Amino acid sequence: MRSVEVAEVKGLKKMAANWQRAANGLRAGYRWFTGGQSLRVTGSRGKAGRSPMFYGAVAAAGVVAGYSVVSVAAAEAELHPPKYAWSHKGLLSALDHQSIRRGYLVYKEVCSACHSMQYISFRNLVGVSHTENEARVLAEEYEYPGDNDEEGNPTTRQGKISDAFPNPYPNDEAAKFANNGALPPDLSLVVLGREGEDDYIFSILTGYFDPPEGVEVREGMAYNPYFPGGVIAMPQQLFLDSVEYEDGTPATVSQMAKDVTTFLRWASEPYHDDRKRIGFKVIMVTSVLALVAFYWKRRVWSVLKSRKIVYYSKGS
Amino acid sequence: MAFGNAVYNALFRRTSTFALTAVLGGVVFERWYSSWSDSMWERINRGKLWKDIAHNYEEADE
Ligand code: HEC
Repeated sequence: MRSVEVAEVKGLKKMAANWQRAANGLRAGYRWFTGGQSLRVTGSRGKAGRSPMFYGAVAAAGVVAGYSVVSVAAAEAELHPPKYAWSHKGLLSALDHQSIRRGYLVYKEVCSACHSMQYISFRNLVGVSHTENEARVLAEEYEYPGDNDEEGNPTTRQGKISDAFPNPYPNDEAAKFANNGALPPDLSLVVLGREGEDDYIFSILTGYFDPPEGVEVREGMAYNPYFPGGVIAMPQQLFLDSVEYEDGTPATVSQMAKDVTTFLRWASEPYHDDRKRIGFKVIMVTSVLALVAFYWKRRVWSVLKSRKIVYYSKGS
Repeated sequence: MAFGNAVYNALFRRTSTFALTAVLGGVVFERWYSSWSDSMWERINRGKLWKDIAHNYEEADE
């Protein structure tokens, strides 16, 4: 009994020392991460204060550049979107639902003329941006193919709240034919489906310019440096006051682009808010539990880890 | 330490009461933690959630 107690005290001491070491390591890492002094290579201020990793990366890049022939053609020089300060960007930031509501209006009045959203139905708007009655009224504005009548002729019926947003074209061929041979992609998942996500969608919608010298833009096409290749089959869609917002927000081009992008972000991730809210809960609880489990494991093992087996001879 | 001993003797000493304490403690903690973290979420995101704007549109329903 006594010896076990001694062993346990030893184990606990060792444990304390390890904790100390771990804390020092964390502190050093934190200082490096926040740009403190400890891991810096040079002492001077400003951009000279880089981490060793930075120099490693520069050296590696130099080696690669030395061995490869770099060629840049105008068509490959695509413009990457800047990073915008979306109000839903933070780890604990919800989507702005007023913006989703405005964004739906932009989709409905502008984009839905060419783009389908087959994975979103009117009922999905309920409790997100619209009330149930509003969603029902929106659905009833559209007609869908219905049952055949008794003579076998196809009929149409009024939209129901459970219907997906309607496709503006009967099929892909018709969609291409109407759009210079380019298929307007379904927008349900487009935010997750493009590199740059919200930033890219916003940039595409606001990034129309006169083509630079030497870039040929055919009839019906438009120049947009954010689009890979630079020439897009979707001409500029948003102009000042393209829609009239019911909440009185001025419908500038960037306002509409921001709202429709927020709406499309929601469409791509309808679970966005729950993901962050519940993710926070889970991570908080499990990190506390992980610490407890770690401590408990050390405690249970301390007896075994700090024991000493001594052999001695009975004779002599 | 008296309190600790009392808790130990009353709750953790016997497996049956230990298990009961764990289950009930879990339920009570979850209720509290859930409402605490939800209210924090709503405080951080005040004005952005549907709950904050719904009243503008629900009146029109009636
Ligand atoms: C006149 C029809 C038309 C309208 C209206 C329209 N688009 Fe498009 N859109 C297209 C076509 C066609 C393409 C395919 C472009 C291409 O591949 O060159 C496209 C492509 C896109 C793409 C994908 C770009 C990529 O990286 O592939 C996005 C995103 C997009 N549109 C968003 C919108 C939004 C948001 C609106 C509403 C503001 C809108 N579109 C309105 C025709 C339209």
